[in-house]
Amino acid sequence: MYRVLFSRASRFVALMALLLVSTLPHFAHAQDKPYFVTYSQDLEEPGNLEIESKTALAQPNGGNRYGAYAAEFEYGAKAWWTTELYLDGQTTANESTIPTGFRWENRFRILMQEHLINPVLYVEFENISGADKTMLEVVGHDGQSDLASTNAEAREEHEHEGELKLILSSNVHDWNISENFIAEKNLGHDPWEFGYAVAASRPLATMYRDCTFCVQKLTAGVEAYGGLGDVWALTMRDTSHYIAPVVGWDLPGRSRLTFSPGFGLTDTSLDRVYRVGFAVEIPGFGRQLQEGIR
Amino acid sequence: MKRRISVALGCLSLVFALAAGGARASHWQNVPEKDHARANPMAGNPRAVAGGAAIYKGHCSHCHGADAMGNGKKAPSLKTESIRSATDGDLEWFLRQGDLRHGMPSWSSLPQAQRWQLVAYLRSIQQ
Repeated sequence: MYRVLFSRASRFVALMALLLVSTLPHFAHAQDKPYFVTYSQDLEEPGNLEIESKTALAQPNGGNRYGAYAAEFEYGAKAWWTTELYLDGQTTANESTIPTGFRWENRFRILMQEHLINPVLYVEFENISGADKTMLEVVGHDGQSDLASTNAEAREEHEHEGELKLILSSNVHDWNISENFIAEKNLGHDPWEFGYAVAASRPLATMYRDCTFCVQKLTAGVEAYGGLGDVWALTMRDTSHYIAPVVGWDLPGRSRLTFSPGFGLTDTSLDRVYRVGFAVEIPGFGRQLQEGIR
Repeated sequence: MKRRISVALGCLSLVFALAAGGARASHWQNVPEKDHARANPMAGNPRAVAGGAAIYKGHCSHCHGADAMGNGKKAPSLKTESIRSATDGDLEWFLRQGDLRHGMPSWSSLPQAQRWQLVAYLRSIQQ
């Protein structure tokens, strides 16, 4: 009964979404990369605000199914500086729905010219609880056992963390290739933890065409990410690693839908994690805000 | 003493102003010869121009204006002698590079074909 209801509801939602998509006005949307974990050199256009929801669905061994959500507000402060606020939460089956904290991140283009490899510096402060399951990065010895704890236990653990990433990214022959080196520090007591994320993607067709259901609007690629231990044991032993095909669909109305099934590669990793993202961009948000204040 | 300081500051401002003016004037002089000489493979193609117009509307118009006349502040007019005198290769190179210091993003994230479409559109609005 539950399955029948779910399947009818999902078909209705899909139909409504298709109708909505086909009636929205057409605008070119920045062909942002469809990555969930890896960052490329792309920054938000100055003055624009992008609002994105990122959902991760998974079930750890010995734990309940969960859906973790991150609402992302990304603002282009300058052409070389993007600032972002994340609000995180999660729902675990048979347990509860809880907010899990916030993150504030900033990305800075280090070099003002375009090069073969473009470095971007990423600085983030996180104030989240141990119940956060968004997996926006995997570092240290993060594993599925962390995700199997009950919400009641995990939310008692408070994490104030600083995170640095060196993003190296190249746009070559319409391909984007990005590598991220991650260093994260719990500001309380834990040692520095390390991780990586690498990705490549390409639009399926490169000429712009005013259409919705066409290959011109699709970008496909793959990303891989995982932990690299910590200062005490810089190793790949007992660490999680994932490989995840990614696909992005640029929709009318300056919106974008992204999907990625991720597959765990080690015993420590989740078997599978499904990610869905939906983003809407508001151009000239900063200017509109300034005019509104005046 | 005060007078000397003001004269020195005045000279310094003049040097900076001249340097800035020089940098603007030599905008296209930074373009590598290989890029400068490149021709737009979509030049004059009406479909490319239409596509370029849509890209312009989506990415450029909220700074440079729907009529490409600029906003009178940071985003300059795109109907100028400087644009008309640039080669297609110069324009494609500049779109790829951007001018991050002055608020112009790099459009290297767009496929090259779309940058050429944008160049075709920019050419079409110069008349």
